[in-house]
Amino acid sequence: MIAELGLALLWIAAALACLSLVAGIIFLRGGPKDLASLVRPASVAQGVLTTAAFGLLIALFVRSDMSVELVARNSNSLKPMIFKVAGTWGNHEGSMLLWLMILSLSGALIAIFERRLREDTLVATLAAQAALSLGFFAFLIFSSNPFNRLPVAPPDGQGLNPLLQDIGLAFHPPTLYVGYVGLSVAFSFAVGALITREIGPAFARAMRPWVLGSWIFLTLGITAGSYWAYYELGWGGWWFWDPVENVSLIPWLAGAALLHSVAVTATRNALRAWTVMLAVIGFSMSMVGTFIVRSGLLTSVHSFAVDPERGTFLLALMAIYIGGALTLFALRAGTVAEGKKFALLSREGSLVINNLLLTTILALVLLGTLYPIVAEAMGEKISVGPPYYNKVAGPLALILCLVMVAGPLLAWRKDDGRKLRSRLPIAALAGAIVLVLLVIFGGHVGILPLLGMAVAGVVAVASLAPLWGRNLRRTPLPTWGMVIAHFGVAVCLAGMGAESAFIKEKLVAAAPGETVRVGDFDVLFKGVKPIAGPNYTAIEGTLVAMSGGKSHVMKPESRMFPGLMGTAPTETNEAALLTRPGGQLYVVLGQPVQGADGRADRYQLRLWWKPLVWWIWLGGGLIAFGAALSMLGRAQLLALWRARRARKEEGRWK
Amino acid sequence: MKAKHQRLILALLALGGVAGAGVLGASALRDEAAYFRTPEEIEAGKAVVGEPMRLGGMVAANSIKRQSDGITIVFVATDGKASIPVQFTGIVPDLFAENSGMVADGRMRADGTFVADKILAKHDEKYMPPQMEGMDKAVAKAAAKT
Repeated sequence: MIAELGLALLWIAAALACLSLVAGIIFLRGGPKDLASLVRPASVAQGVLTTAAFGLLIALFVRSDMSVELVARNSNSLKPMIFKVAGTWGNHEGSMLLWLMILSLSGALIAIFERRLREDTLVATLAAQAALSLGFFAFLIFSSNPFNRLPVAPPDGQGLNPLLQDIGLAFHPPTLYVGYVGLSVAFSFAVGALITREIGPAFARAMRPWVLGSWIFLTLGITAGSYWAYYELGWGGWWFWDPVENVSLIPWLAGAALLHSVAVTATRNALRAWTVMLAVIGFSMSMVGTFIVRSGLLTSVHSFAVDPERGTFLLALMAIYIGGALTLFALRAGTVAEGKKFALLSREGSLVINNLLLTTILALVLLGTLYPIVAEAMGEKISVGPPYYNKVAGPLALILCLVMVAGPLLAWRKDDGRKLRSRLPIAALAGAIVLVLLVIFGGHVGILPLLGMAVAGVVAVASLAPLWGRNLRRTPLPTWGMVIAHFGVAVCLAGMGAESAFIKEKLVAAAPGETVRVGDFDVLFKGVKPIAGPNYTAIEGTLVAMSGGKSHVMKPESRMFPGLMGTAPTETNEAALLTRPGGQLYVVLGQPVQGADGRADRYQLRLWWKPLVWWIWLGGGLIAFGAALSMLGRAQLLALWRARRARKEEGRWK
Repeated sequence: MKAKHQRLILALLALGGVAGAGVLGASALRDEAAYFRTPEEIEAGKAVVGEPMRLGGMVAANSIKRQSDGITIVFVATDGKASIPVQFTGIVPDLFAENSGMVADGRMRADGTFVADKILAKHDEKYMPPQMEGMDKAVAKAAAKT
């Protein structure tokens, strides 16, 4: 019954989306005013029903109802409960339902909270959001139905890909999806504002918290995904320029550009058409990403089972939405009033350069990601890897970082450059010191990591410069947010540079009792023993890492998952990590090595010392935290609270 | 400066940025993109020795041999039509096995061995890299014949 109810809820929610869209269109074409009051509740109801449908799918996974095809293919009754729940979105259909749920919930949140927009713009926005969700409802119901029943229920399920059996699966996809799909709000706002021609500061101010919100989740999702890949894949890398990573980075870049350009539109009423364009690009890139990942064009853990029909369906949806929005933009762009003027040396000017660099990097990453697909269509199989991306994105990103810290020191409209001249030399000095120290003591360091660390030094000091000489208690929250986020970029950059430049690696076949030296650590390999997990068996190695008189026990595992219901058995590696202030020691247990007598007397061990590697994710966290502070400030919660407190204080003095 | 002029300048700047990015990207792609080759193509002489390349194929049955240092393996990659010996030093990925698909990044050595820096295995048994479509069947057919 649960599965049938879930499908019914999806149909009703789809009908509500249809209602919002039709009512919205009739109202905007001059129909009766009552229709507008229909759209808000319909959007909220659509959000609630889709969420309920997702809840029912989770219930099916929790109960291990093997008569449902999706559960039988992707779950198993022996799985730990957390992975039964998380397994709901560890497959194509379930993750598309999650995507749709967030899309519908975004519509519902706009309907509930957005009070700053004009009514007709709000209705147009909600109608646009409904139109988006309608397409994905059709995709889910007709080509990826998660509630499909099997004619005969198998005795048990085939289990979840062991690589996905990790706590990361519980957080990484939902976080990333909220960010990904949250950009749909900006898209719908842009479409709505284009339809009603309300493009100006009020529209930008209304859109701003939503953009920040989804960008925070994108940042967290990418950071978490990077850490997950780092410890789960056992390769010790934190970013692979894998197409799947790229398609999460592309909307993030678009979001970063958008949240800076929307600041210009909100504060200075300039860059209006550009902001609208970026809002359209942001979610378009989310859709392109979903298409690339889900159409089976790529080799990846994210691609699940391949079905050409789904790819075609997604391509059609994408063409309709992106094409439609761009056509609307082309028709209306001419009517967007000209923005306010500004000098090149001004806050606006620096933000324009920021946007140019961000969109250029976006275009280059997109080019590298799409090129193999296009080349393959023309009969040539090509792969584009880290050398390309590091070469094109690295230098631009470093320039971007320097512009990033100069911008906040400039005044709006026009600037005489006094603050730049008085505050930046100290930061430049910091960068120069880092550079000199690295050249003298760093040994052989690659040019990109070297410049990366030097720029990190500049950014670390200069990002704090906007606070100099300010009353810190009276500094507005968005300013704090900006400073912390920019400082986070420095932390992240320093981590990336130090890890790339000073990483130490050892690959050995060690016998129990042997000691391996890596970095400042003497690692004693004590031996291995078999252990049993809830649905796997494993070989657990015991190592003792010794450094500076202290010793730490590390236990990497090599896990074996039995084949379930006719699938092949699989192995995964669980790395052991030791986090120290100066970096992380990373140990992977490989295969046993047979000696001359055929007995396994040695084990493969791979050890890395990764200096400052955890700064990368700390930086990502700081960026998200800064954006969150900024969003709180923009949502004006704190202003309200301060106003209330001020009123109270006044009352006390009277 | 009139607002209109400013818009024009901004648009030109953006265009210049995009064009510059295009040139930069195209030149970097020409230098850095690695070709994906099958054993058959390499045997046909399509691979340049020493050039970065990606090799895709099935790991032939009973072909994985471990060297005495314990961390180097040699195996044979096949597409059912041709076979190439592959050498790899490191820990193979979790899903790497005989009779199963793999993709290796590396370069050809003059003696006809492919030296891999990195090996990727397919992530799960339901998934087959698009580049290797049909290879499973071809190998199964070849196996059936012998």
